[in-house]
Amino acid sequence: MATKVYMEALSPTMEEGQLVQWLKAEGDEIRNGDVIAEIETDKATMELIARGDGILRKIFLDAGGVAEVGAVIGVIAPADEDTSGIQGASGSASPAAEASAEPAVAAPAPAAAPVAPAATPAPPAQEAVAPVATSGRVKASPLAKRLAEEMGVDIARVSGSGPGGRIVKRDVEAAKSSGIAAPVAAPATWASDGVEFEDIPVSQMRKTIAKRLVTSIGPVPTFYLTMDIDMGRVMEARKSINGMLEKDGMKISINDIVLKATAAALRQHPNCNAQWHDGFIRRYNSVHLAVAVAIEDGLITPVVRNAHAKGLVQISTEVRELAGRAREKKLQAEEYTGSTFSISNLGMFGIHEFTAIINPPEAGILAVGGIEDTPVVVDGQVMVRPRMRITMSCDHRVIDGAQGSRFLQTLKGMLEEPTAILL
Amino acid sequence: MAETKTKSKKKSTKKVDVFKEHGVSPELALDMIRNMLLYRRFEEKVEEAYAIGKIGGFCHLHIGQEGACVGSIKPLRDDDYVMSAYREHTQAIAKGVEPNAVMAELYGRADGASGGKGGSMHIFNAATRFMGGHGIVGGQVPLATGIAWKIKYRKEDSVVIVYMGDAAVNQGGFHEALNMAAVWELPAIYVVENNGYGMGTAFSRVSKTDMASKAVPHGIPSSSVDGQDVLATYAHFRDLAEEVRGGGGPRFVDLKTYRFRGHSMSDPVSGTYRPTAEVEKKKEENDPITILRDHLFAAGHMDQEGLEAMDAEARQISQGAADFAEASPLPDPSQLYANVWAEINANGRLFFDGRGEE
Amino acid sequence: MAILTYRDALNEALREEMVRDPDVFMMGEEVAQYDGAYKVSKGLLEEFGDMRMVDSPISELGFTGLCVGAAMAGLRPVVEFMTFNFAFLAIDQVINSAAKMHYMSEGQFPMPLVFRGPTGAALQLSAQHSQACETYYSHAPGCKVVTPATPADAKGLLKASIRDEDPVAFMEGELLYNLKGEVPEDDDFIIPLGVADLKHEGGDVSIITHGKMVHVALQAAGNLEKDGIHADVLDLRTIRPLDMDAILATVAKTNRVVYLEEGWPYAGTGAQIVSMIQEEAFDHLDAPILRVTQADIPMPYAKNLENLAKPNADRVVAACLKVLYR
Repeated sequence: MATKVYMEALSPTMEEGQLVQWLKAEGDEIRNGDVIAEIETDKATMELIARGDGILRKIFLDAGGVAEVGAVIGVIAPADEDTSGIQGASGSASPAAEASAEPAVAAPAPAAAPVAPAATPAPPAQEAVAPVATSGRVKASPLAKRLAEEMGVDIARVSGSGPGGRIVKRDVEAAKSSGIAAPVAAPATWASDGVEFEDIPVSQMRKTIAKRLVTSIGPVPTFYLTMDIDMGRVMEARKSINGMLEKDGMKISINDIVLKATAAALRQHPNCNAQWHDGFIRRYNSVHLAVAVAIEDGLITPVVRNAHAKGLVQISTEVRELAGRAREKKLQAEEYTGSTFSISNLGMFGIHEFTAIINPPEAGILAVGGIEDTPVVVDGQVMVRPRMRITMSCDHRVIDGAQGSRFLQTLKGMLEEPTAILL
Repeated sequence: MAETKTKSKKKSTKKVDVFKEHGVSPELALDMIRNMLLYRRFEEKVEEAYAIGKIGGFCHLHIGQEGACVGSIKPLRDDDYVMSAYREHTQAIAKGVEPNAVMAELYGRADGASGGKGGSMHIFNAATRFMGGHGIVGGQVPLATGIAWKIKYRKEDSVVIVYMGDAAVNQGGFHEALNMAAVWELPAIYVVENNGYGMGTAFSRVSKTDMASKAVPHGIPSSSVDGQDVLATYAHFRDLAEEVRGGGGPRFVDLKTYRFRGHSMSDPVSGTYRPTAEVEKKKEENDPITILRDHLFAAGHMDQEGLEAMDAEARQISQGAADFAEASPLPDPSQLYANVWAEINANGRLFFDGRGEE
Repeated sequence: MAILTYRDALNEALREEMVRDPDVFMMGEEVAQYDGAYKVSKGLLEEFGDMRMVDSPISELGFTGLCVGAAMAGLRPVVEFMTFNFAFLAIDQVINSAAKMHYMSEGQFPMPLVFRGPTGAALQLSAQHSQACETYYSHAPGCKVVTPATPADAKGLLKASIRDEDPVAFMEGELLYNLKGEVPEDDDFIIPLGVADLKHEGGDVSIITHGKMVHVALQAAGNLEKDGIHADVLDLRTIRPLDMDAILATVAKTNRVVYLEEGWPYAGTGAQIVSMIQEEAFDHLDAPILRVTQADIPMPYAKNLENLAKPNADRVVAACLKVLYR
């Protein structure tokens, strides 16, 4: 009865072994228990013992050879037995060994995976702004979020009294009773059918946004300038202007005024109204303002051409019309290209301050926060004033700190005394 | 194979009947060699199965120590208890656990003695009072002392034998247990299977005193016996069990033996901490099977043919166990959480991974 | 209703169970002739004899292992650790033997034994004698953990623990032994494992706790009442099996939780409870869950330092106010 000599697992972690030397030769008599070879394992050199009696009829693995655990490396059999049918099976485990060479217990069927990541929520597309840089994450307790949903309160409009502005239950309850009940955006849902995740294909628009803005943050040496503006006079101006427009059924927004002031200020600081190109800076004499608009699945920046030369009403009308067509994805290419400066306003989300990412090849972008009643010191007295924070991102290759600061000073002056825009 | 083919070297010149000397009938002696052959072939089959990946984890073979096993367990009654460490496959069989169930446990299958949940080191069989199978060195010594406590508590007359390796006598728990057994006069027999090495460390390197003296400070009578001489071992344990059973209190035995393989399947047979020549010499001269074989041949109680027939049967049973184990299914995944708790309380959560709940 | 001390309630429980089941015996240091280091086993040697009330040598590992072995053979031992600080010496036998035996043997050897003794700090006992040991036992599958805070709970739960078929770490408290309380006089008063108890009710905040800290929680709840804040105090009573339903109910009611324990913060019992609450009651939370624990230090000896280290009602109140955003 022939006995196959296997490459044995001589250490628990061994997967293959190297034959160091045979201690018996073909033709030698072998007794069960004799040491017949030395095998180098992953841990040490170990002895291989014979498991049968007979003659060592055939060696399939020479000294120095390597074989996987379970490979047949020799045959011991009586001299007269026909062993031609036994092959050295290098590398493959014996058929019997294969079954149990696999790890033993099959993993028990897992319970249904409890949650799946949310499908991305549609942002509330109420006004002409969109997140360009920092995402507008609302800090709220899980309970507050749930209650807001149940009560029909737009949590983005609730101001939080918890640490770090966290919105908590009492804030939602207060908001409900004071009537901030705008329809809530489609909430994130947990899929409960056991699906672990869902892949959402990236749209062309999203690819473009990604590509372009990655090329901005990457190579553009950006610095940021922040300024607080007292918006009291702008608010009065708006009221007064809207009073005049009432008979035409028209209304302008704070943002329209900000756009107009920005265009006027840029006229006075053309080095901020410029573009970086390979080898030269292009300074524009006209101001073509890109206004960030949130649309389903992303953002687009329609351009108000020659904003410096347009009146407030015209700017307002154009922005509204462009934004509307932007949302319907009906903008022509020339309507969202060719801008010299960009502006983004997240104030209506309750954003106090943010930094926007420059749209290359432009040299600057203005990020406008919301107007908040803020205690400030005026002539040594503490007063509450409506304040707005703007942050300008500047490409240092084109705009220096002083230049950007001077532009902002001009802009601040215009907003704090809007009649300066007329100059 | 050495055990059955070598010509008997011993020529007895004295007309001493070893069997009479030890009070062992020829039938009993034949039974002993039959058992030893089975244990030898069984463990060799285990070794082969491990080497080709059927058995995983730790695996400690009893090859060379069969005489110690047979000699000490054979005198026991069915209602006596046996507890051991982790070199216990053959001790389980000797106590009455089916070889098929032992092999299937080693293969990690549902028909194993512990349902595949324990493995080589945790073979349990309540019906035959084989109390495991324990993995922490010396951990079984206090446990066995508790079994002896129960025997005394219920006023029964069984005894408990607990095996340990030579290194276990240095564990604190060993001394704590022996002390309590002595104070309370418990019917426990503490047996050191003294093969001279605690894994890779010779006993002489970790002990100032000799083995037989270990129980003396606790006031427990000690004895030594050559475990390779199964007849002497049998006689010794037969008498000892009676002493203990009769209320004689605990006993300590230095059961001298030798293992012909490494400590475990990861340990080389020789060449690192044991000289190869030493191992070879022991295999040649100190094999409990050949020693008894020679006595049986000399006394004419058995011949070569009879031996080979017995050996063939041993191989057949061993192969049968391997086949049985191979055919036995893996434990059902639904059993993963079974038997963690003997009582699932009516209230409250017992599992905390979200999967254990029924 | 009888008024009993916690100690006497335990004594009654032991006596009743030893009368009921002849396989129940108790072993530990000083439990028999000395009547117990804390007198919990007073009078039991006289009644039951020295095979059932056994004075052991100072051999925690040895006698714990012995009792585990006795359980394997069919008895129902009660192991006393003079304090659980000493039980570290024996933890190999509790975890590697008792907790795992039933599983490793595929159900052949149930382990119906109880390991009992005081846990946690007392007064100025210093670092080695002041440890809260619940988590070492609740961590391992196969071991149940019970922490009674009142005499009634002590009696009812000890009886249930002795009758339970699994190993139970039954954790008392030196500072509790003299505590008096009402104990029902039923013939066989049992409180099942796995049932928490609301010891104070209020809808504003949930203080969840176990063991002797229940009394600190009640004190804090009383203080909060003066400010018009009403707290639920949920006494878990059993750490494993855990009454998750009661926990979820109180969270849903108040939306804010403070976990109080006398152990250390890293991976303490509270850490486990917090994890489960945020997983299973996320949408009910109006605030993060806070924990009040022993300071993350070994217990100092000096009286003032020890008081700074231990949880107290003021710290609990402060945590409650924090989760109330006050």
